[in-house]
Amino acid sequence: MASAVAASLSARREQAPGHAAPRATQDPVWVKWLLVGCALTFLAFFLVLPLVAVFAEAFSKGMEVYFAAFRDSDALAAIKLTLITAAIAVPANLVFGVAASWAIAKFNFRGKSLLITLIDLPFAVSPVISGLIYVLVFGAQGWYGQYLEAENPAWPWLHAWLIEQDFKIIFAVPGIVLATIFVTFPFVARELIPLMQSQGTDEEMAAITLGASGWQTFWRVTLPNIKWGLFYGVILCNARAMGEFGAVSVVSGHIRGETNTMPLHVEILYNEYNFVAAFAVASLLALLALVTLVLKSIVEWSHARSLRTETIDR
Amino acid sequence: MPLLRKERSALPGLNLSLGFTLFYLGLIVLVPLSAAFLKTAGMTWEQFVGAVTSDRVLASYKITFLASLAAATVNCIFGLLVAWVLVRYSFPGRRIVDALVDLPFALPTAVAGIALATIYSKKGWVGQFIDPEGAHLLLPEGIKVAFSEIGIFIALTFIGLPFVVRTVQPVLEELEPELEEASATLGANRWQTITRVLLPELFPALITGFALSFARALGEYGSVVFISGNMPMRTEITPLLIITKLEQYDYRGATAIAVVMLVASFLLLLLINLLQKWSRRHHRV
Repeated sequence: MASAVAASLSARREQAPGHAAPRATQDPVWVKWLLVGCALTFLAFFLVLPLVAVFAEAFSKGMEVYFAAFRDSDALAAIKLTLITAAIAVPANLVFGVAASWAIAKFNFRGKSLLITLIDLPFAVSPVISGLIYVLVFGAQGWYGQYLEAENPAWPWLHAWLIEQDFKIIFAVPGIVLATIFVTFPFVARELIPLMQSQGTDEEMAAITLGASGWQTFWRVTLPNIKWGLFYGVILCNARAMGEFGAVSVVSGHIRGETNTMPLHVEILYNEYNFVAAFAVASLLALLALVTLVLKSIVEWSHARSLRTETIDR
Repeated sequence: MPLLRKERSALPGLNLSLGFTLFYLGLIVLVPLSAAFLKTAGMTWEQFVGAVTSDRVLASYKITFLASLAAATVNCIFGLLVAWVLVRYSFPGRRIVDALVDLPFALPTAVAGIALATIYSKKGWVGQFIDPEGAHLLLPEGIKVAFSEIGIFIALTFIGLPFVVRTVQPVLEELEPELEEASATLGANRWQTITRVLLPELFPALITGFALSFARALGEYGSVVFISGNMPMRTEITPLLIITKLEQYDYRGATAIAVVMLVASFLLLLLINLLQKWSRRHHRV
C-alpha cells in the first residue's frame, strides 16, 4: 500500500518535472516573491554593485582615457608578467593534478586520506602567509640567502652559477611564480580526484588487458573521460593565478615595470589616486572573472552528469 | 609499517605518479610551510609569546575574529536564503543568478577591494546615502563604512557568500520531497515543517558553510585592505600586520604571528573535515 502511494507520487513527479510539489509543501506566491526579492536585493548590493562599479569607474572619463591606461609601459609589463606567471603556474598544477588524481583514484595505498588533506592544505593558508613562507625559504635571511652567502657551499658549481647569474627568487619573477603555484596548488587535483574515483578502474583495466600500454590507456581512455573536469579545474586555477594579490604582494617587491602583476599594478595606481587607470586595469581582471564564470557555467550545464562534484565540498 | 603501503594492481604508473605527487607536494607546500615553524623554533618561548600577544597584535586578532564571525553569520542567513530561492523557485534569470554566486571566487580580491572601497566612500554610490560626511539621507546619524570595522565586515561578507550557498545548495537539492509531504500529511503547518523538518536536515551543511566562510575570512587580505583604512589598534587585520612587520624587516615577529594563524587555520580545517564527515553521514546518499 505504502509503496503503491510512493510509486504513484513519484510517477506524478516524473510526468510534470518542476511542478511536482503538492500544495501542502508549496509556499504561497507572496512568500515566494518576498524571498526571491530579499535574495536578489542582497545579491544586487553585494555582488552586482561592485562588479558594475568597476566598469563604471573605468569608463567614467570616457573611452579615450580608458584606453590611455593601456598605453602605459608599466601596465603592459604588468599584463605580460601576469600572463607569464599563469602560463607557468597553471600547467605545473595541471600536471600535478593529473598525477595526484591518477595515484589516488586508481590505486589503494595507506595514508591516502592524509595525502588528500595535505593537497588541500594551501586553501587553508592565508595568502599573506603563503607569500611569507617563500620569503623565509628564499629571502636574503632565508635558507637560499644563507646558501648564497656561504663560504664553503655544497655543490660549488651551482653556487658559482647562481652568483654569476645573480639569480634572485624573492622580489623577482621566480618568487611570484612559486607563490602563485602555491595558492593555486589544489584546484585541478580537487576537481579530478573525486571525478576519477567515481569512474573507477574498469575501463583502464579493460584497455590494459587488451594490450594497451600505460600511456595509451591514459591518453585514449582516461583523458577523454576526465577532459571536462580537467577543463573546469584549469579555468578556476587560471582565474586565481591571474588574480592572486596577497601572496604575490609579499614576494614581489613592487618594482614597477618589473615585478608588478596586474593586481599589484591596480593597487599602486589606486594608492596614487589614479582611479581611472586603476579601474581600467581592474576591468580586464573583472572581464576575466566574467569569462571564467561563463565557461564554468557552460561546463556545468552541458556536463552536469559527468561533473557531479562540487566546487567546495568533496 | 610503512606509511604508504601499496597494494598490487594491474594498472601501471603508481610509482611514477605517486612519486611525482609526493615530490611536488613536498617542494611546493610542505618544505616552505615547515620553514615558518622552524623559524619560530629559533625563538625562546618568552620571545614568541611576547611577539604574538602585544597589544597591537591582540587588537588585530580581535577585529579579524569579530568581523569574520559577523560576516560568516550574515552569510549563513543570506546564503541559506539564496540557496533556497535558487533550488525551490523558478524565476526569470535564475540561471544567471546561480552563476553569479561564484563571482567572489572568480573576481580577484584586489578588484573587489577597490570596488567596495569606492562604492562605500563618502561620495560613492552607497556611501553618499549613509556616510556621516555625505548626505546620509537614509539615516539620521549616518554609518561610516569605508575606513571602519563595518567596511571589513562588508568585504568579508562578499568573500564568504559562495561558501555557504554552494554547501547548502546540493543538500537542499537532494532532500526527499516525501519528508515535507509526510510532515504536511501529519498536520504540521508550513512554518513547523520548515523549522522542525527542513532546518535540522540542513543544519550540518549550514554549519560547514559557516566554518568555510569563517576560515576564508580569517586569512583574507586583498579585499579588506582598501576599505578598512588600516588603522593600528582599530581596523588593522592580522594578515596586514604580518605584512607591516615584514616591511620593517621584523621576520621573527611576522613569522610568529603567522604560526598562530596557521595553527588556527589547521584546527579549523580539521573541524571542517569532521563536520563534512558528519554531514555526509547525516545524508547517506
